[in-house]
Amino acid sequence: MLPKRFMKFFLKIMEYRFLFEELVKRDFKKKYKRTVLGMGWSMLMPLLTLLVMKLVFEQFFGRKMDHYTTYLFCGNLLFSWFSESTNHGMMSLYSNSGIFTKVNLPKYLFLLAGSIQTLINFALTLLVFFLFCWLDNVHFTWKFVFLLYPIFTLMFFNIGIGLILSACFIFFRDIDYLWRVFLMLLMYGSAIFYAIDGFSPKMQLVFACNPVYRHIAYFREIVLGGTVPSLEAHLVLAGVAALAVMIGAFIYCKNNTKFLYYV
Amino acid sequence: MSDKKMMLACYDVSIRYKVGDFKNIGLKEWVIRRLTGRYKVVDFWANRNISFSINEGDMLGIIGTNGAGKSTILKAVSGIMVPTQGRIVCNGKVSALLELASGFDADLTVKENAYLRGAMLGYTRKFMDKTYPYIIEFSELAAFEDRPFKQLSSGMKSRLAFAIASLVKPEILILDEVLAVGDGAFRAKSEAKMREIIKGGTTTILVSHTVAQIRSMCNKVLWMEKGRQIVFTDDVEGACDCYEEYLKNRSIPPKYDPVAARARIAARVAEKERKAAAARKLVEDAEKMNKVREILRQSKVILSNETVGDLKGVR
Repeated sequence: MLPKRFMKFFLKIMEYRFLFEELVKRDFKKKYKRTVLGMGWSMLMPLLTLLVMKLVFEQFFGRKMDHYTTYLFCGNLLFSWFSESTNHGMMSLYSNSGIFTKVNLPKYLFLLAGSIQTLINFALTLLVFFLFCWLDNVHFTWKFVFLLYPIFTLMFFNIGIGLILSACFIFFRDIDYLWRVFLMLLMYGSAIFYAIDGFSPKMQLVFACNPVYRHIAYFREIVLGGTVPSLEAHLVLAGVAALAVMIGAFIYCKNNTKFLYYV
Repeated sequence: MSDKKMMLACYDVSIRYKVGDFKNIGLKEWVIRRLTGRYKVVDFWANRNISFSINEGDMLGIIGTNGAGKSTILKAVSGIMVPTQGRIVCNGKVSALLELASGFDADLTVKENAYLRGAMLGYTRKFMDKTYPYIIEFSELAAFEDRPFKQLSSGMKSRLAFAIASLVKPEILILDEVLAVGDGAFRAKSEAKMREIIKGGTTTILVSHTVAQIRSMCNKVLWMEKGRQIVFTDDVEGACDCYEEYLKNRSIPPKYDPVAARARIAARVAEKERKAAAARKLVEDAEKMNKVREILRQSKVILSNETVGDLKGVR
């Protein structure tokens, strides 16, 4: 039954490819049309956060650590992608309510089109990240290819969370405040600027339950440790991504015709 | 009639809305209201037991006062809503134009919006590339092609929307208050275009408050009032007549009475003929008068000539 569903899903995507492309184009145009620097601005944000964090935290946490800038950037890179993607995704359904209440089309297209934009944004920041790695004298190995894996799973995780949030936002408009608070908590709980070695084993287990932290840890293990993470890490990343997407898809299927009563 | 392919049918369709304070309240408020038992949601039937069917090439007009449930049934037909009860059978690609000017993006240009709308209606890029020049030509927006949409007047927006929807070729076209847009010249043009589409075999549903439009364009009519179906018939004249009668006198219950309608129509036709005859008679009388006047004038001239001659003779 599942493969059949997937087939149906892909056929639908193919059917609506033109719309998908137009939506992606629209998102790009709306965001970058009237700015001179265009995408440069959106890359500036993570870089500025990085700068501030480095200035503030290096004295406290960076003393005992080599490559602290790269360590920070790993966390910032993935976390800013996650937060941008979920924030963007949350609004994707509501901001297109003028369309889906008038025309019958698959509603997840809006989210997918939006996530293309954040993905490209992330890719550009990733290039800057590699530049910083090089400046920080990080040793590049063939194992860097494995970085594609957490990028891939985090993309799906973002989409899944985006699906859930965008549906919730239709029903409850104050979700975005709650989510912002939660994101702040998550930022401090994802060990972006500190290491978790000093914590008790119990606390370390709590960190292990944080999917965003797991992605960051995977990244660091390759970039700074030069080793490929365990099979368990791979399975966990794939598992949480699949779970998020499945929950999101379920909510969308269940409420497909109910969304329009709430806008 | 039965040899034509059935395109769309609603069987006993009812649609229930939820109304009440569940919208826009947010999670915190929702929890509090749930706990204090002040959370109220009321069911509201927007449509009750609507049944109709249309065949290939038909043009169905839907009439009814505001809040009759016309837009709701169209939403169900186009698949945006799912009927709470009943069944809708649809044998073709539906292209719906509900509340036209909305759904466009204010920041995009006319061209980008045209493509986006085309994509929403389910067409391919190739098709849009081919059709786009016609769309711009028909909507008379060539000078505005690269302007952002927010700079356009609402009439222009509707013109573009109509052009996109009518130039692409859907199997079933739904028009909700579309023809009421644009200035007089564009309205005539869009009506002509609609006639062309119907001749081309496209099945169309038209919602309009202009009864004359329904009379002149539709071959079937569905009259709804307060979510209920008053009548579905191919006696367009009769139903429109009863509807207009109801509009004039809202205290009587809306009712379709074909006999009375026919009588009224016959009376109106007779009245028209009587007036025409009277007018004809007036014209004839005027002509006679003119002739008399002419004769009188001529005789006067002769008379005056004679008088002149007489005067000369006297000299």
